[in-house]
Amino acid sequence: MDFLNALVAFTNFVIVPASAYGAQLAIGALGVTLIYGILRFSNFAHGETMAFGTMVVLLVTGLFQQWGISLGPLPTALLALPFGIAAAAALVLFTDKTVYKFYRRVKAAPVMLVIVSMGVMFMMNGILRMIIGTDDRRFADGERFIIRARDFKEWTGLSEGLAIRTTQVLTIVVALITVALLFWFLNKTRTGKSMRAYSDNEDLALLSGINPERVVMITWLVVAALATVAGTLYGLDKSFKPFVYMQLLLPIFASAIVGGLGSPLGAIAGGFVIAFSEITLTYAFKKVVTYLGPDGWSPDGLVQLLSTDYKFAVSFAILIIVLLFKPTGLFKGKSV
Amino acid sequence: MKKLLIATATTALMAGAASAEDIKIGLMLGFTGPAESYAPPMAGGVRAAIAEASDSGKFLGGSKIELVEGDSTCTDAAVATAVAERFVTSDGVSGIIGALCSGATTAALQNVAVPNGMVMISPSATSPALTTIEDNGLFFRATPSDARQGAVMADILMEEGIKSVAVTYTNNDYGKGLADAFEASFVALGGEVTINASHEDGKGDYSAEVGALASAGGELLVVAGYADQGGKGIIQGALDTGAFDLFHLPDAMVGHATEANFGADLDGSMGQVPGTDAEGGDMYVPIGEANGFDATAPYSPESYDAGAMMVLAMQAAGSADPAVYKDKLFDVANAPGEKIYPGELAKALEILAGGGDVDYVGASALELIAPGEASGSYRVVKTDGGKQETVGYR
Repeated sequence: MDFLNALVAFTNFVIVPASAYGAQLAIGALGVTLIYGILRFSNFAHGETMAFGTMVVLLVTGLFQQWGISLGPLPTALLALPFGIAAAAALVLFTDKTVYKFYRRVKAAPVMLVIVSMGVMFMMNGILRMIIGTDDRRFADGERFIIRARDFKEWTGLSEGLAIRTTQVLTIVVALITVALLFWFLNKTRTGKSMRAYSDNEDLALLSGINPERVVMITWLVVAALATVAGTLYGLDKSFKPFVYMQLLLPIFASAIVGGLGSPLGAIAGGFVIAFSEITLTYAFKKVVTYLGPDGWSPDGLVQLLSTDYKFAVSFAILIIVLLFKPTGLFKGKSV
Repeated sequence: MKKLLIATATTALMAGAASAEDIKIGLMLGFTGPAESYAPPMAGGVRAAIAEASDSGKFLGGSKIELVEGDSTCTDAAVATAVAERFVTSDGVSGIIGALCSGATTAALQNVAVPNGMVMISPSATSPALTTIEDNGLFFRATPSDARQGAVMADILMEEGIKSVAVTYTNNDYGKGLADAFEASFVALGGEVTINASHEDGKGDYSAEVGALASAGGELLVVAGYADQGGKGIIQGALDTGAFDLFHLPDAMVGHATEANFGADLDGSMGQVPGTDAEGGDMYVPIGEANGFDATAPYSPESYDAGAMMVLAMQAAGSADPAVYKDKLFDVANAPGEKIYPGELAKALEILAGGGDVDYVGASALELIAPGEASGSYRVVKTDGGKQETVGYR
């Protein structure tokens, strides 16, 4: 019984939230890593792209709710997702045409493109705030929980509760589908193969007749879809606030770099590594140890490796260790 | 050089006051940032007080007051300093009302107000550190220090029979000050604080914080954060995972934002916010209605009082020179004298012009104690059916 309690407590406070957070980071990092692999720069406007797509999803969701359209127990936002993707795609194609295309033509250094993308980030930031403002919004509807902590305690008779939110399961399921689709696309389709060829060796790809503008366009479309999906899942699980999306950029980049920039598999692994280490290293194991230890004994301290204040230091420490000892990341991406 | 500048500025201001010319007062609040939802009703209060005094025609022999406004943000010391600097150097204000948060207030006070000899009155900065700050008698606040709020909070919990709590605070001057003050009082009363951990605002994910708090345990969770920032994220996480059902909400968590976010999920949770059941509060409500802001919002009454207090002190001193009127703030805010309530500023200005004495009570039953802060009465609220109902005052 005590062992089960310990397991449930650990699952409830570490495994479940870290898996959902990890999946959100992973899809975000996939977008960053694709841009890095194919367009060869770190896109600082990625957080804003996520926020923009999510904003459109949020607005369309509101419209659907007014019309009385819903998905029953699932959030209405899933129906609105295609509209968000379309809007985000239009936005990134527009910025590519008006901004990035010029820098590609003059063969600007990657670091220049990074600065350009920061400019784009500030522009998108402003547009977002003009359209929807700075407020915190919630747009999740439908059934909020699959298992409620209180119900779980009653069913099992354990003293620890386990809560699983619909959005957490949804996040993981959608993440799996997205990743499967992306890998199928990159590995099996002609377009996907041409993207990989372009990423591996630009000159050779051009020689074999791959149209670079088409590869660039498709990359942006895929990235817009990934960004909107990541942003919407995140917004459903927590809430939508433009400022927070900008802040998300840091863990997303950390995930992409830890996994190996340019490597899609690495981005996924990186997302989970960052999420799990942030949460596990700062978790206070007092409860778990109390359950596992002898009866009636509990540790005096919190049995916490690091205070939660150091949560972000954890991501950066991992980042530095990876860059020092394995600069290409866990999955042999490009060195930064 | 600095002395020369101050002297020049002072002379200019003296001359201004003497010939009944217009004066300026700077208003800096965190219109953007973690506490932005508090700013509009607070600004409304200050504007109402200043307009009331200015339109009465009795202020310093008929002078008009112009309010210049700036966004000090909540935690960005550089922005707060720049705004205060602009008030003093380019707008030439005679006093500053603000800032909203303790961090911004401390920065503006130390970098601008004290070096320039400018009086500063904050309606809402509550950090205990501001009590002991070196301010040359220039800093006042219309709100009590969190040292007092910590003690009040510990009393409320003890009376509810709660002996063991977990504490989380927003990682800034306000949160840290309040959490430490509370822990000291609560432990002194025999309570136990299982964990006293900070959280950052505006972050994406709070599961790590919630996990640590849940593991430490306690009968309830004290959330010394902001209602539209990390405080919200922590409560959401704690409710979702079933870590805590009961919370205690200090001033910055009490308000419409929290009601709207959680509704009945917080039933049974208590909190406290500066406020009073004195008649001043009721008289202030119609002022808010007339000017289109919510006069019952947290710190809105204190904001009106901060504005009124500054104007009355200038009138009592017969001068808008900060070096002169700073000594009059205690005189106008405290007994003896005619009691002054919201909406009666014209009467107060007349009494002061005639050499009489006033005791400004205002909307928040203001009583200044050394070194220049409100003695502090709190309104205790308890969430019931999703609404934060007032259950008492202390």
